Amino acid sequence: MTTGPVDLCGVPLAGPILNGSGTFDAIAARRAFGDALLERFPFDCFVSKTITVAPRQGNPPPRLWESPGGMINSIGLPNKGLEGFLADDLPQLAELPVPLCVSVMGFDRDELALLVAALAERDQVALVELNFSCPNVETGLIMGADPGETAAAVERVRGLSDRPLIVKLTPNATDPAAVASAAEAAGADAVSIVNTLKGMALDPRSGRPWLGGRSGGLSGPAVRAIALEQVATVSGTVAIPVIGMGGIASGKHAADFLAVGATAVGVGTESFRDPAAGRRIGAELAALRPWAGAATADLPA
Amino acid sequence: MSGGEPRTLAPPERRRAEVTANDSIGAYSLISARDDDGPAEPRPGQFYMLASADGWGGGQDERPYLPRAFSYARARPGPEGVELSFLLEDVGPGTHRLAELHAGDGLHLLGPLGLGFTPPADGRRAVLCGGGIGAAPLLCWAEELTSASEVLLGFRSAAHAEGASLFAGAPTVVTDDGSIGRQALVTEPLRSTLQGDPHAAVYACGPPAMLEGVRALCAELEVPAQLAMESGMACGFGACFGCVVATREGFVRLCVDGPVLDAARLETALTPGAGH
Repeated sequence: MTTGPVDLCGVPLAGPILNGSGTFDAIAARRAFGDALLERFPFDCFVSKTITVAPRQGNPPPRLWESPGGMINSIGLPNKGLEGFLADDLPQLAELPVPLCVSVMGFDRDELALLVAALAERDQVALVELNFSCPNVETGLIMGADPGETAAAVERVRGLSDRPLIVKLTPNATDPAAVASAAEAAGADAVSIVNTLKGMALDPRSGRPWLGGRSGGLSGPAVRAIALEQVATVSGTVAIPVIGMGGIASGKHAADFLAVGATAVGVGTESFRDPAAGRRIGAELAALRPWAGAATADLPA
Repeated sequence: MSGGEPRTLAPPERRRAEVTANDSIGAYSLISARDDDGPAEPRPGQFYMLASADGWGGGQDERPYLPRAFSYARARPGPEGVELSFLLEDVGPGTHRLAELHAGDGLHLLGPLGLGFTPPADGRRAVLCGGGIGAAPLLCWAEELTSASEVLLGFRSAAHAEGASLFAGAPTVVTDDGSIGRQALVTEPLRSTLQGDPHAAVYACGPPAMLEGVRALCAELEVPAQLAMESGMACGFGACFGCVVATREGFVRLCVDGPVLDAARLETALTPGAGH
């Protein structure tokens, strides 16, 4: 027990630490670490890598660039597709000692509906996260950057599942709080923010884009101040729980996100530096908790 | 070993080891550290993610931020745990900081990770072929192979060729500039060796162009080869999906499905972004 229990949309968690989707592959990690991973599991809820209807190879390498206080990735959502996930991955993820949240992305609303409906039939799935950081191929708009697109997508799938639906918000929007409000009004149970910030790096030898996917997403401590502001603004706008993330690397950082209104926090890039980061951050947070609540009142306006 | 794979499992957390020595080997540094809390028997070809415990960051462009992947060069049993040695060359902000470490400093490490080398089958003779810093995983592999193995090493210059002094016996050494041994690419003595006795199994590690030369030569001569490859890597345990290389069956993550791959799985060993 790293810190006090948390109720996330009716799902009891032993503590407030989740992983950011796509920043921890529990199945691969178990190959590297064996069952010790389950005995010392770093998170209170596990969020899967995003799955799509069809299998995806992902973007061509290179996929990574180290930047000041962080990194840019261009991974491109490699995954086995819905069928492969249900057959191969879900039984293994069900062995984890914490509730499972499955992240999904559809390239149109029909795909999204297919994914949400299929997961609604699986008892192992406690929560579903909707990754809206992709263009709707029908409209060309990034689903999560536009309040109307977000509302239409959530409305389409809301009735298909009795599981809590979390909308993963992109920080690459003009007004993330407006998108969060639209998601809430359409029936979302929670929002998580931030996803990565769009970024780019050039090959120092050629001057051309370094990443195989041209641009990518920036994460790590470099984005923490931006993420904290967005979590604070969104938390002040919606009544549903907010899962805050973006560069959290210590219990103090986690306490900051909770102080501005997050119900739970995600650890992402820090896990790349240490797979046990989530557990360490939870323990540091537990030690801070007695005065973390007081910090809220002390925040400057 | 785990499930028949050449993989020793790692504890699921980064730990702090104490640097015991930083030996200058020509152009390279050999960093040794006491790993009291890690497994005593990593498999040759496996790697560790390394970062200095202090002062990791704030260098050129405020880097390094991510840990760096290194195959271990040696693992010697200690009074507790194991003493690990890593061969590195100061070529960027991460290796620069690691090369500054002194005895007594803290070294963060995670590992051993990935899949190591598989012993030769069918009574084949092991031929180890290294290019530059790629000699590192071949050192522990040469020490472990019980049957006689042959070691061929190519280096850029005489300063780099001092790396050959770590090997027992007398490895064949060639250099790009001819300052030590013949002026040749290491694939030249490899070709002579394999043409003399094709009942061999090749183990190679080095820069992408060299590995591609080894792959093409072994395909031509129908000699099995295992290549220890390199790719930019954020985590080392399958989380980031950053270190993929293209194989005949699609992208694979070098950190969990490699870094040692059968050459027959590859169309090419040239991997975009490697060596950055």
